[in-house]
Amino acid sequence: MYAQMVKTGVDHIQSKEEMSPEERAFQDRVDQDIKIEPKEWMPEAYRKTLIRQISQHAHSEIIGMQPEGNWITRAPTLERKAILLAKVQDEAGHGLYLYCAAETLGVSRDELMEQLNSGKAKYSSIFNYPTLTWADIGAIGWLVDGAAIMNQVPLQRCSYGPYSRAMIRICKEESFHQRQGYDAMTKLARGTPEQKQMAQDALNRWWWPSLMMFGPSDAESVHSAQSMRWKIKINSNDELRQKFVDQTVPQAEYLGLTVPDPALKWNAERGHYDFGEVDWNEFYQVVAGNGPCNRDRLRTRVKAYEEGRWVRDAADAYAAKKAARAKAKAA
Amino acid sequence: MTDKKEWPLWEVFIRSQHGLAHRHVGSLHAPDAEMAIMNARDVYTRRNEGVSIWVVRASDIAASSPSEKGPLFDPANSKVYRHPTFYEIPEELGHM
Repeated sequence: MYAQMVKTGVDHIQSKEEMSPEERAFQDRVDQDIKIEPKEWMPEAYRKTLIRQISQHAHSEIIGMQPEGNWITRAPTLERKAILLAKVQDEAGHGLYLYCAAETLGVSRDELMEQLNSGKAKYSSIFNYPTLTWADIGAIGWLVDGAAIMNQVPLQRCSYGPYSRAMIRICKEESFHQRQGYDAMTKLARGTPEQKQMAQDALNRWWWPSLMMFGPSDAESVHSAQSMRWKIKINSNDELRQKFVDQTVPQAEYLGLTVPDPALKWNAERGHYDFGEVDWNEFYQVVAGNGPCNRDRLRTRVKAYEEGRWVRDAADAYAAKKAARAKAKAA
Repeated sequence: MTDKKEWPLWEVFIRSQHGLAHRHVGSLHAPDAEMAIMNARDVYTRRNEGVSIWVVRASDIAASSPSEKGPLFDPANSKVYRHPTFYEIPEELGHM
């Protein structure tokens, strides 16, 4: 899940009686699965929450290019390099689809960039972990993109039209991301003992941060309840986390790798895996800016933005020159 | 840190290879039409999604208002006879 702990600004869930006629009509439309489109009336809290959620998601795609970009020049083969380049380019594309969806809610691209570059905006905790070996690239595709897909597939049905359409495009492309990751892990797991060890080490380091992606339990959260009522959140965090564990454990077994959780055990009664408690203290530390790479990610982001300034200026100057020429010609 | 002025927003339309009409796929920012088309290629056609791209400045699009949806589209509601299913064709005739 690329958006974590999104606040809605509400302190309780309104009953239909408490709602204004407009709010009630809006909620009825959502209940009937009618998509909400940009120019239509919507509660201010819905609009603001969506901007927070979609932009956090977009920022995650943009920052998410960094851990993987780290290995583009060191990919083991030309084919792996081409695949990784395509994947990282997709992440940029996903960020752009999402920024566009956020902009339909009345926020400008510059504002969103400013919020990211100034450190004011959040992005997913997962991207504050380092990619130490090539196996981390496999683990990210397999686990991180796998976890993201868990969350993004249901969001294709969310109530806000532009967000739902962006999710549909993203999900179509995301499946390649997960498969290429699992494919890279498979190669390592079937390689030399050193290569297999490298794959195991990557799984050890990425397993728990991947479970953290879904966010802390939100069974009691009024924000989650409100977001679910608005249908901009479809499943609870615990539900998605369980689904992810259930899906991923057999995949790890197939690779002959061990999930680093001594408490992990199939529970035949529940029909699910039982698993250990996530270290939420670590999660909150990372979210608060104290993860292994938070400062580095932001610094790299700002540097890229600053160093790209001359390109933007040149494009501006060129557009202005061409417009002036066209005008002179017409005169 | 923000640039002096934001690039205009362009709406992007792509025609896929199967002879369908151009379809709206999303939007992007670019300083001019030429750059908008180049960016659209990278953002919206990374997997052979199209054979033709249109870009239109978002500010140049006139749109019907959502609040007038009722009166605007009402006239079509009462004209069921415009649909082929309105007519009953004897079954022995087969497909028509």
